[in-house]
Amino acid sequence: MSLHAEITHRLGTLDLQVELDVQPGEVVALLGPNGSGKTTLLRCLAGLCPIDAGRIELNGVALDEPSSGTLRAPETREIGFVFQDYTLFRQMTVLENVAFGLRARGMRAAEARRMATAWIDRVGLMDYARQRPPALSGGQAQRVALARALVTSPSMLLLDEPLAALDAGTRATVRRDLRRHLATFDGVALLVTHDPVDAYALADRVAILDAGRIVQTGTLADVTAHPRSRYVADLVGVNLVAGDVLEGVLTTPAGVRVIVADAPAGPAFAVIRPHSIALNRDVDAHSSVRNSWVGTIAEVDRLGDRARVGIVGTLALTAEITTAALDALHLQLGDEINATVKATDIDVYPA
Amino acid sequence: MNARRSGSTFPAPAKALAAIAVAFFSLPLIGLLWRAPWSHAAEYVTDDASLTALKLSLICSVWATALSIVFGVPLAWLLARVKFPGRRFVRALCTLSMVLPPVVGGVALFFALGRRGIVGQYLDRWFDFRLPFTTAGVVVAQTFVAMPFLVVTVEAALRQLDGRLEDASRTLGASSWYTFRRVTLPAIRPALAAGAVLAWARALGEFGATITFAGNFPGTTQTLPLSVYLALDTNPEQAIVLALVLIAVSFAVLIGLRDRWFAGGEGEAPRVLL
Repeated sequence: MSLHAEITHRLGTLDLQVELDVQPGEVVALLGPNGSGKTTLLRCLAGLCPIDAGRIELNGVALDEPSSGTLRAPETREIGFVFQDYTLFRQMTVLENVAFGLRARGMRAAEARRMATAWIDRVGLMDYARQRPPALSGGQAQRVALARALVTSPSMLLLDEPLAALDAGTRATVRRDLRRHLATFDGVALLVTHDPVDAYALADRVAILDAGRIVQTGTLADVTAHPRSRYVADLVGVNLVAGDVLEGVLTTPAGVRVIVADAPAGPAFAVIRPHSIALNRDVDAHSSVRNSWVGTIAEVDRLGDRARVGIVGTLALTAEITTAALDALHLQLGDEINATVKATDIDVYPA
Repeated sequence: MNARRSGSTFPAPAKALAAIAVAFFSLPLIGLLWRAPWSHAAEYVTDDASLTALKLSLICSVWATALSIVFGVPLAWLLARVKFPGRRFVRALCTLSMVLPPVVGGVALFFALGRRGIVGQYLDRWFDFRLPFTTAGVVVAQTFVAMPFLVVTVEAALRQLDGRLEDASRTLGASSWYTFRRVTLPAIRPALAAGAVLAWARALGEFGATITFAGNFPGTTQTLPLSVYLALDTNPEQAIVLALVLIAVSFAVLIGLRDRWFAGGEGEAPRVLL
């Protein structure tokens, strides 16, 4: 049970162009900023948005292939979809909600009830089987939505921000339960999320989606160690500089020079960790092993005994220094500052 | 809602205007009650002609409501969900009879479904079936003016409905027809009920289109509003009593149905209020 998808789909300002393969039993988290096309991608896979070009293939069967005129309606795909706010049917009981997919596929009422009850038991909601959705808490509703999606034994499970609507306390519990269910699920699972914590806990692999493209894929540890997009860099809290390396110097498209220690020539990314950046008021100091960029302080955030200082100028950077250093330097918004980084503290890897 | 609290934020001029509006609607009723010949009321009501007219009114208006639901719900769905060129034009066309003088509607129906009408002539020739001046004609005239009320109400509800409920149903393996029956229809039930009651009330009070298209024959086409109008000439006292009967029936249904169908329970979906 594997998924192979090549998707081209335009929707308003979104231009989605994605190639994605997911193996049976694998859970892939789609991470990305708002409007990057995560939900649209799920909807394409579910058949709720027919694709413009490409091919979606599940277990070797084409679901959507415009070039051959193949398009299977959502109800004929073996999928389970958990929507962001669960979209439970309010006028039905929990039991009827969970049994819905079985009944819709023509299963007899008694058998459908038996299977639905087994799933309600599995998600620990036997006491609520006769309740209607308005009587459920967010976490309970999420579990009903999951049971409803899984009861039909789908080949592919699609989860759109399954934890986003929950409060912090419930989130951890529901995340743990969801992890357990995903571990026993042998189909293809795709999970849209904003939260790297969810991706870390639930997914085997993450795919970073930005402006309709998958910009990076791999384990969360790989992806965060070598960010390849502004989004991931912000997520991890590091500065990311893209440019071309030549003879130990990375030059950005804007012409800013970053001295890097022995890096191979060619297009590359450089990661500058905020705590590797030193700040001083001597704006004329220069060195061959240290980078130094003059900038203006645009933002200061104090977090306990650390402070994050946002600098704009030749290179936009975020530096992290101790609050003691911050106070010693008497840094104010709008002050000119020299930010220095040792070349050996910069991570460089090919783009 | 707490009446005292809502009252405290309600500005005095608006209160006065609202009071005038209430008076505007209640005074005519009070006038009727004041002039009603209470000592003879029972005789007028149980009069054979009155009972016949009342019965005919109820039967025809229920039929008109049923037809409005059967054809109006799919029409509302088409207008709300299917994008096609000229949709605005079709919507205007199908709700025109809300704003048209009913007499004009009756005349128009005559030219469409009358014995010499564009469709009516074939009904007559091929099936020996005539609508004008029959009870079925009354139902057609009432449906013509009443259905738009249901269509407008149901279309609004369909537009407000979260489309992802239907998406969820499809991903669970439900065909579009199963989705419509099990998901869409239950979700719009309050609006459907409201629209049906509006349509029914409009059908019950229908006068102009009925008298133009179906005529005024006691027992077959003379509904209660028609007999009220007729009685005004011959026996004004009876007209008042029949008018009160019409008012009482409508009032009872509006109040009764509102409580049963429209008052939402705790935690229920937002209901469309009449």
